[in-house]
Amino acid sequence: MGLNEGDSGDSVEAERISEALDLGHSGGHKGGLLGAGGPTFLTTKVDFVVNWARRNSLWPMPFGTACCAIEMMASAASNFDLARFGMERMSFSPRQADVLICAGRVPYKLAPVLRRIWDQMMQPKWCVSMGACASSGGVFDTYSMVQGIDTIIPVDVYVPGCPPRPEGLIYGLMMIQEKIRSETLADHAELRAETPEMVGRPAANADEVEALSGPFGNSTQQDRLGALAQTQRPSRSEDLLP
Amino acid sequence: MTEGGASAFEGVERGPQTSLEPAHKEGEGSTGGPGHPSVSALQEKFGSAVLRTEVQAGDQHVVFAETPRNCEILQWLRDDPAQRYDLLADLTAVDYGGGRPLQVVYQLWSMTHKRALRVKCEVDLDDLVIESVVRLWETANWLEREVYDLFGIDFEGHPDLRRILMPQNYEEGHPLRKDFPLRGRFSRAEQTKRALSQDYRNDYSVVEIALGGTPALRPMDPDELPADPEEAS
Repeated sequence: MGLNEGDSGDSVEAERISEALDLGHSGGHKGGLLGAGGPTFLTTKVDFVVNWARRNSLWPMPFGTACCAIEMMASAASNFDLARFGMERMSFSPRQADVLICAGRVPYKLAPVLRRIWDQMMQPKWCVSMGACASSGGVFDTYSMVQGIDTIIPVDVYVPGCPPRPEGLIYGLMMIQEKIRSETLADHAELRAETPEMVGRPAANADEVEALSGPFGNSTQQDRLGALAQTQRPSRSEDLLP
Repeated sequence: MTEGGASAFEGVERGPQTSLEPAHKEGEGSTGGPGHPSVSALQEKFGSAVLRTEVQAGDQHVVFAETPRNCEILQWLRDDPAQRYDLLADLTAVDYGGGRPLQVVYQLWSMTHKRALRVKCEVDLDDLVIESVVRLWETANWLEREVYDLFGIDFEGHPDLRRILMPQNYEEGHPLRKDFPLRGRFSRAEQTKRALSQDYRNDYSVVEIALGGTPALRPMDPDELPADPEEAS
């Protein structure tokens, strides 16, 4: 008990912490937690403190492979300034990162790299799929492209766009923060469960991956079985053999 | 470049032209105009081995050479003092579809004479073999590997003919061929499974591993490596 009383207590707890730290700058109340004469302890919930710390010091692991990475860099630069959310340290080492931002298209040849980086990241960890290509393969419905990184790794937030503006990415990251706010340590084992057998394996099962491709939408003349015969037929008059 | 203020795209709009007229501008810098000194010299020297010639995009001279004699012709173009095509700017291939032969394209540049020349060799779809030019230009090594990877053309005499862009365990064929389906031959699930089971050690040749050490998490015995990387996976 006590860990899991619901979210309504958050604002009350925040006030209590604010008071204890004397963040209100009230003239009458001197001292505070760190000052002389103030209260030397505060009571709060472990959940609140842990989530507060986690969501305000998310270190992103940038996995930028295409134009989305330019927008990601713009988000980190001074105009948009990810540092406001405690993300000023782009952690290029996966073991010190909390949130993986996959910005850009991922070809099949890069899939094991992405999977390995995800496996190397410590729990707790989250993943943002930034842009159309990372989320669904985008326009690259081809032989070489992963059709959404959620077939490789689990994804928490999808940011649509081609590429999304920095505001979009920041909104996605704030959704991660919201998600962290509602987590409880009681669910930790369930939320953070990872079986060693899953390392290096697809996050989606075969049926789910198959369902992604669906009917061959962007090339209506082509299906997987008839493709050979279809493409050997000359499609333009000038391709006809003499 | 075209002279006399003509539109830069005029040649493109005109389309491919024949270059049967003899070269009228011998000497340096004569990349423009209907004649090209190397084209006429090639026709003189090799006769029937030069199948046909044309001009593309106004001033790009293209020579279609006999495939079995590609190395002989290219070596002469590289070594002859009047030609000196010492830079292989690009080596690629084209599939025009319709069952027509694939064209292997050699884009040459002469530093000495500041001239460009494009040599094309046609290889039949039933017999995709052509002699490697790695011994003439070292840069052809990776370029020929790329053409092999994406078109399936076998370069005889290549020192290390493996895939270079596609994964080493890729077994769906050669993607840039016209008879290749856009989304590959395997199902998406199978493609994902295969992608994740790549062994990155296969991306390196035995020679590279001997030179640079094994890029493995654990120390690896070189004897453990497969002799033929194509057989691995």
